[in-house]
Amino acid sequence: MKAVITVTGKDTVGIIADVANVCAKYNANILDITQSVLGEYFAMIMLADIKGLNIEFSVFVDLLTELGENRGLVIHTMHEDIFNTMHHI
Amino acid sequence: MINTQDVLETISMIRQENLDIRTITMGISLWDCVSEDTDRLCQRIYDKITKKAEHLVETGAGIEKKYGIPIVNKRVSVTPVSLIGGAATPEGYLKIAHTLQRAADEVGINFIGGFSALVQKGMTPGARNMIEVIPEALAQTRNVCSSVNVASTKAGINMDAIAMMGKAIKRAAYLTKDQNSIGCAKLVVFSNVPEDNPFMAGAFCGIGEPDVAINVGVSGPGVVASAIKRAGDCNLSELADVIKKTAFKITRVGQLVASEAAQALDVPFGIIDLSLAPTPAVGDSVAYILEEMGLESCGAHGTTAALAMLNDAVKKGGVMASSHVGGLSGAFIPVSEDAGMIAAVERGALSIEKLEAMTAVCSVGLDMIAIPGDTPEEVIDGIIADEIAIGVVNTKTTAVRVIPAYGKTVGDSVDFGGLLGRAPIMDLKSYSPAKFIRRGGRIPAPIQSLKN
Repeated sequence: MKAVITVTGKDTVGIIADVANVCAKYNANILDITQSVLGEYFAMIMLADIKGLNIEFSVFVDLLTELGENRGLVIHTMHEDIFNTMHHI
Repeated sequence: MINTQDVLETISMIRQENLDIRTITMGISLWDCVSEDTDRLCQRIYDKITKKAEHLVETGAGIEKKYGIPIVNKRVSVTPVSLIGGAATPEGYLKIAHTLQRAADEVGINFIGGFSALVQKGMTPGARNMIEVIPEALAQTRNVCSSVNVASTKAGINMDAIAMMGKAIKRAAYLTKDQNSIGCAKLVVFSNVPEDNPFMAGAFCGIGEPDVAINVGVSGPGVVASAIKRAGDCNLSELADVIKKTAFKITRVGQLVASEAAQALDVPFGIIDLSLAPTPAVGDSVAYILEEMGLESCGAHGTTAALAMLNDAVKKGGVMASSHVGGLSGAFIPVSEDAGMIAAVERGALSIEKLEAMTAVCSVGLDMIAIPGDTPEEVIDGIIADEIAIGVVNTKTTAVRVIPAYGKTVGDSVDFGGLLGRAPIMDLKSYSPAKFIRRGGRIPAPIQSLKN
């Protein structure tokens, strides 16, 4: 069971660290990160294993959304199945 | 492995292009609630709905969180009340409507459909009693939706029933005059009604349906419009492919949500309804798709052809994405719920006659159209009869949901708020069909060969 976490917004110091911290705290294992900075904009897609998550997935989603709001970023956390279903036959 | 492009496309569909799951509708059979005592019937109805749909709303909310996709409505459809009400008096039927409302309040759903009757060939005393109190039921409840099937390709058109519906629509408009005649927005008149439709106001749980089932309606006009825009100057064969691919993706999400909901609620999965359902939000419009295809305005000559292609391509793309397809499955063209349709009416490009022609090639009919409040009921009967005839002859579902907005005339508009949107009052022909309507009886079922 994996989650896709996407983060977009103005680049500042410590974005990846903050997101990774939340993942570590709730036992989501980061498997892969794709990240780029275009001008002053930051975009990251993170794949995390949520098998061992120690809180409800919906709470985890809310915590990351809240982190995004506090830092002026947009963070979406979605179960990988929506992408697999939509884009693979 | 998940591809960056796919992730960005999905997120952009949901965040920018208003992709959502329009509704998870739980169909609940009420056959086992039947009783000759109306109070006992009502108690059983309440108990069954509140037990079966107890976790519907929270399950929907959980799926929304998990996949990051909005599920706009959680609803319930029940067995047509005229069937399970049997010999109930009109007051008894009204009591059932109130019971449905109480059950809807208890489980937190936003609509409950099934205050319905199937009278395509004739009318039982029960159906007559129920139809008589439809206006009161709609005025006295908030979330109960009503539908009446007055015709089918096999039975023909029940003109006596249509005459009753014209009267019911006028009375519902009057009884809810303080709320822009909103009662009429919860009442649909059908031909060839589907039994597993998840969309309101026409949803009910048909007689061949299981005890409980999950039916899901997807949406996504904004996604289709954006895909067409990105496709640029391609020809129509290529454009049909673009629409098919987009419809496939949209429907796959619907299938995912439906399977997940069915599993979580331990209820069989029924169908996915492939309809492109617009909302009043800017960009979430079927009219904009038609304009993106190349029409200066929706309603221009060429609109019916463009809509026919759109509707067909949506179905072709969607069918492969889902294990079971049903319901209405086609593009909806409700005027008040579609910003592009409203604009087309207001600029004088779209008339009720053009809308009627469009319904011959798409789902589902003359939908959410506001007409002058002083429209005689025979004219409403005539509108219904015309639209129903299109469905009966073409072996398809058609429906009428018109709102004779009390005290309003051409040039005014009525605002229902939320998903129901805003409707400019449309102009009608002033010539009377009264003598034709008053003949009553049935228009015989049409011949199914010699198709010209």
